[in-house]
Amino acid sequence: MSLMHKFLGAATAVSLSAVTAIAEPALIFDLGGKFDKSFNESAFNGATRWATENNSSFKEIELQSDAQREQALRRFAESGANPIVMAGFMFATALGEVAKDYPDTKFAIIDMVVDAPNVRSVVFNEHEGSYLVGMLAAQASKTGTVGFIGGMDIPLIRKFACGYVQGVKSVNPDAVVVQNMTGTTPAAWNDPVKGSELTKAQIAQGADVIYAAAGGTGVGVLQTAADEDILSIGVDSNQNYLHSGKVLTSMLKRVDNAVYDAMTQGADLETGFNIMGISNGGVGYALDEHNASLITTDMQASVDAASGQIASGALAVHDYMSDNSCPVE
Amino acid sequence: MDILNDLITVLNSTLRLSTPLLLACLAGLFSERAGIFDIGLEGKMLCAAFFSGAVAAITGSVWIGLAAGIASSLALSALHGIASITFRGNQLISGVAINFFAAGMTVLVAQSWFKQGGRTPSLTGNGRFNAVELPLAESLKDIPFLGHIYNGLISGHTILVYIALLVVPVTWWILYRTRFGLRLRAVGEAPEAVDTAGISVIHLRFAAVGICGVLCGIAGAYLATGLQAGFVKDMTAGRGYIALAALIFAKWRPWYALMSCLLFGFLQAIALRPDLIEAYLSFKVQVQLLDVLPYILTVIILAGFVGKATPPRAGGEPYVKEQ
Repeated sequence: MSLMHKFLGAATAVSLSAVTAIAEPALIFDLGGKFDKSFNESAFNGATRWATENNSSFKEIELQSDAQREQALRRFAESGANPIVMAGFMFATALGEVAKDYPDTKFAIIDMVVDAPNVRSVVFNEHEGSYLVGMLAAQASKTGTVGFIGGMDIPLIRKFACGYVQGVKSVNPDAVVVQNMTGTTPAAWNDPVKGSELTKAQIAQGADVIYAAAGGTGVGVLQTAADEDILSIGVDSNQNYLHSGKVLTSMLKRVDNAVYDAMTQGADLETGFNIMGISNGGVGYALDEHNASLITTDMQASVDAASGQIASGALAVHDYMSDNSCPVE
Repeated sequence: MDILNDLITVLNSTLRLSTPLLLACLAGLFSERAGIFDIGLEGKMLCAAFFSGAVAAITGSVWIGLAAGIASSLALSALHGIASITFRGNQLISGVAINFFAAGMTVLVAQSWFKQGGRTPSLTGNGRFNAVELPLAESLKDIPFLGHIYNGLISGHTILVYIALLVVPVTWWILYRTRFGLRLRAVGEAPEAVDTAGISVIHLRFAAVGICGVLCGIAGAYLATGLQAGFVKDMTAGRGYIALAALIFAKWRPWYALMSCLLFGFLQAIALRPDLIEAYLSFKVQVQLLDVLPYILTVIILAGFVGKATPPRAGGEPYVKEQ
């Protein structure tokens, strides 16, 4: 019996030391699932990039229900994973509970702020990315009228809109920006039919480039824009491929960079606010083979110049959420 | 001419937005006229939207997609029928269950089949319903006014829009000019009388629920393969409930259903163009106000301020044969 005890104890010690030696990071996906062609997949790509570059591996779990959030966090924390990265603002409540129970484990939450000493809160400067695609929209527009279609009318989406309008006006001060929000309830994120109709309505008002920051509703916007032969702008992940040659560009939120960054720092993860803006590759615009013919070298040069200015601080883009108002419309 | 153009734009949008409402509303009309309340219009549409989008994407044929959509909606109808007709369960609860089931199941299956975050792949070419150019639309378009309306407004919709409009007179004819329709209405008002006449209440009610399933199936397929090029989770966005409101607003009558759906569609369409309201009426209307108007109107009708909406008398009551 005592031999058994010793044996078990030794085994535990070995496994414990193994855990502390490796301290594998963990990544938790939100309900959309790992291959959602958007947010979660972007996070997965960042983690994969880190794993291949460092010849290492990470733990992961795809949630099946809301109830699993806290359970998954605790399980990873118990198993010694460090840091634990979670994709999505929905984790805020669960993390608030769990973080204080595991003071030695570092957590990173994306798109949300959780105030705890061992948590890194990653937020994105969406207004800066929107500013860049706004500049592209204004340069690609022939009518001088461009459109914006938001999802649910919340401050975050107005932040997108405000950055976009500033970008448009910086290129063409006389440009008209037609703005619509899909609705005021969460149903507004998944109403592609209304997205389509809004697109047609904006086309009737002369818009020939339309930026959709509307989740599933945006699918309808991009589809209708392609059907009606005007340009659209995707959001969050690179959506250029959805309608090759019809999507001007996409405003990128580099969730993959945020995850990569967190995993690279490992157990020494710097906690607190982490703002992902243009300066640290957090936001940007997409350029690939699907839209190469739409973006001229002049357009690219002007946007890259503005991008440099924003990164250096020479150009400040107003953030709607800082004072809940937008200087232009 | 500018006013005409603006009007045509808005009315076009009205037609497109009214079509799913109209189909769902008529679906509910058949079911409720036979005494089976159907809260599950939304769920059936959603399910049909998914299966039509998914099957059209797999087979490349929108017609097979439409058939699959109708079949899936019929399956849910059968479920509703078995629960509420055969087993005399609560019709409202069965309907709510169908809505929840459809909302969860569609996303789950979509994710496992296509791995695109609960969406179906984009449809192209024959995978979706394309606009139908009515005969002579191109040559008549230069005729002022009428030709303009014919070409701009009446022509150029998908075939399902015309089918939906055609279903209205057909529904009226079935309900008011055929023996089946008379019995169907009777079974919703006084099923015991129908039973006394030696006609099966159960069969009639199942037939009504079946028709409801077919129409919901077309409505869902129109959303996913007519208006859109694929399924997106929860894409019905409450249209099944607006259709129910329209049904009450229409006092369970087919022609009124057309009117109320066009009105609700028009309110949605005009909400998309706040700039036009401002230009023509020279005052600003809150978009949110236009969004809630259908519901406010329904409540006014229900409260009996404008006419009276009397539901079928035996609605919601499972029929128990006298022993």
